[in-house]
Amino acid sequence: MTLIRAEQLIKTYRAGEVDVLAVRGVDFTIEARSFVVFVGPSGSGKTTLLNMIGCLDHPTSGKLAVIDTDVSTLDRRAAAEFRGKHIGFVFQDFNLIPVLTVYENIEYPLIMVQDWPEKKRREQIMRLLAAVGMSGQENKRPDQISGGQKQRVAVARALATNAKLVLADEPTANLDHDTAYHIIELMKKMRDEFGTTFVFSTHDPKIMGEAEVTFTLEDGRINQHQNSGKAVAAHA
Amino acid sequence: MLNILKIAVRNLARFGRRTLLTSSLITLGIVSVLLFVAITGSFKAMMIGQITDSMLGHMQVHRRGYVASIESLPLNLNMPPQLVAKVKEALDANPGIAAYAPRVKFGAMFSNFTETTSVRVNGIDPEAEVKVTPLLPARQQDGARGGPLVKRGEMLVPALVARGLQVKAGDTVVLVATNKDGSVNGKTFVIRGTLESATGPGGRDGYIHIDDARELLRMAQPEVSEIAVSVKDPGRVERVYAAINAVLAEVKNKEGRPALEVHPWQRLTPFANIANMIDILTLAIKVMLVSIVLVAVMNVMVMAVYERIREIGTISAIGTPPRRILALFLSEGLLLGVVGTLIGVAISLGAIYALNLSKITFSFGQQQGLLLAPAIGAYDVITIAAMVIGVAVIASLQPAWKASRMDPVIALSHV
Repeated sequence: MTLIRAEQLIKTYRAGEVDVLAVRGVDFTIEARSFVVFVGPSGSGKTTLLNMIGCLDHPTSGKLAVIDTDVSTLDRRAAAEFRGKHIGFVFQDFNLIPVLTVYENIEYPLIMVQDWPEKKRREQIMRLLAAVGMSGQENKRPDQISGGQKQRVAVARALATNAKLVLADEPTANLDHDTAYHIIELMKKMRDEFGTTFVFSTHDPKIMGEAEVTFTLEDGRINQHQNSGKAVAAHA
Repeated sequence: MLNILKIAVRNLARFGRRTLLTSSLITLGIVSVLLFVAITGSFKAMMIGQITDSMLGHMQVHRRGYVASIESLPLNLNMPPQLVAKVKEALDANPGIAAYAPRVKFGAMFSNFTETTSVRVNGIDPEAEVKVTPLLPARQQDGARGGPLVKRGEMLVPALVARGLQVKAGDTVVLVATNKDGSVNGKTFVIRGTLESATGPGGRDGYIHIDDARELLRMAQPEVSEIAVSVKDPGRVERVYAAINAVLAEVKNKEGRPALEVHPWQRLTPFANIANMIDILTLAIKVMLVSIVLVAVMNVMVMAVYERIREIGTISAIGTPPRRILALFLSEGLLLGVVGTLIGVAISLGAIYALNLSKITFSFGQQQGLLLAPAIGAYDVITIAAMVIGVAVIASLQPAWKASRMDPVIALSHV
């Protein structure tokens, strides 16, 4: 089942007096439950592409369908609603809310985005804490845990609302190699356990090999597509 | 909403020093305003009470044109008995009226048989007068006390006149007055006591019995110069005045114009201007309070939004609806206002209590040793608190709106 379909996707930015072509007409599809990475050097368009898939940004032209929805035309409120319902995010800098505990950070989208009842929230959070190996750490604040643990919490937060798709922009960039590897393994495990599609970006060659489907970006174009076998993605 | 408030509380605690400073500013503003309102309100109430309860009454009824000529105390503008009867009928019918007292006012020459001076005299019905001006007996400085305020043949002499002519309680004096026909008449009186001067119109008048006044002025019928009225609830003077005025406006003279005029105390004494001044000052200090709260809260909220741009980007990215982001920041402003206000109200009430315990006295006009008794009503506390909290929310509106409208991509890339 195709989860994401992009056709002739183009994104231009206005930078001062100059139009910058960040994504230059890419086509790809990503199947559900796949583990996908966009790789490429800085400025190749990885983040722009993830932003468009995550409804944080609109394509300038082309078609982009995510979970059977044409997200290229969603307005601000509809985009927020769509993200809250279907998409989880993992950020390079973890972006946990510093005043909240580990438990409350995971709880945040369940309260602020989806209004889950307390009992159901608690069950979900405890299940996710166990899944990401953070049981017993729930009362700690972000400044009391390591970078790897923060990213585990961020993964749990991204999965809290049972998102079908988790987007992670350079999720290992601020982690040492071993920790980065464990985070990627964790994300894979979550994919297997929850059936969530993971799409992430990286420029770390050691990490990119862990993905099942790899799109290599250069100057806003996909110039290489690898499928490691289990993959269920297709590059048009 | 409770969860949003919980997160807002933590965000405020995160920037504890700034929150403390802003709350302290709000607290300081609240304390200043409430203490000012309590002290000036007490002063104003005391001042009004002194004027109305020792001289004027809450309002007065005169024949039309009398007040305009009141400096000359015109006897030809006294109310004849039939007009007085109509006034009494109107006053008796109004449930807001506590009491009323007829007066005959005139100017006279006051003599101790060797020296003479001019004096303004009120002929009063002692029983009725005490009901309208209950503080009048307390102004008597010496002489016989108790019983009627003044008996026939007795006079209460203003202290300044008594001192000037060196007379005292028990002395015999003469009052000489000209009646409205121009004939002069004199009558001896025994000084019952001297009256402490009071600030305001009528504060240096002498008092005799109303029947003596009529006799001295050789009135053919029992005329009245003014009827002083007290109301049951001084806070409703304007309302009672309006009702009485409407009824008495129907009483016409021969020309078909209203024969009577009614004045609340505010229009009879320049001290109403001081009362108005106090109200204006109170308003001004409230405006200052609003400005302090507005600037303080807006400043702290603008800073809060600026410092948390990436955080706003994160919560926006994970799908938090803009209205909830708006609610979060508004809640922070609301809490700043609520905390500052609650502390401010608590300190203010404590300070008012302490001021009352310390029994501070002060002088007003020629009256000394007046007790400062600051007090503040629940209405004032609630309205000022609500105003401050409302302004705190309004001050948060722009920063909160900005946060809710922030582009998550730009916010997330903010350094």
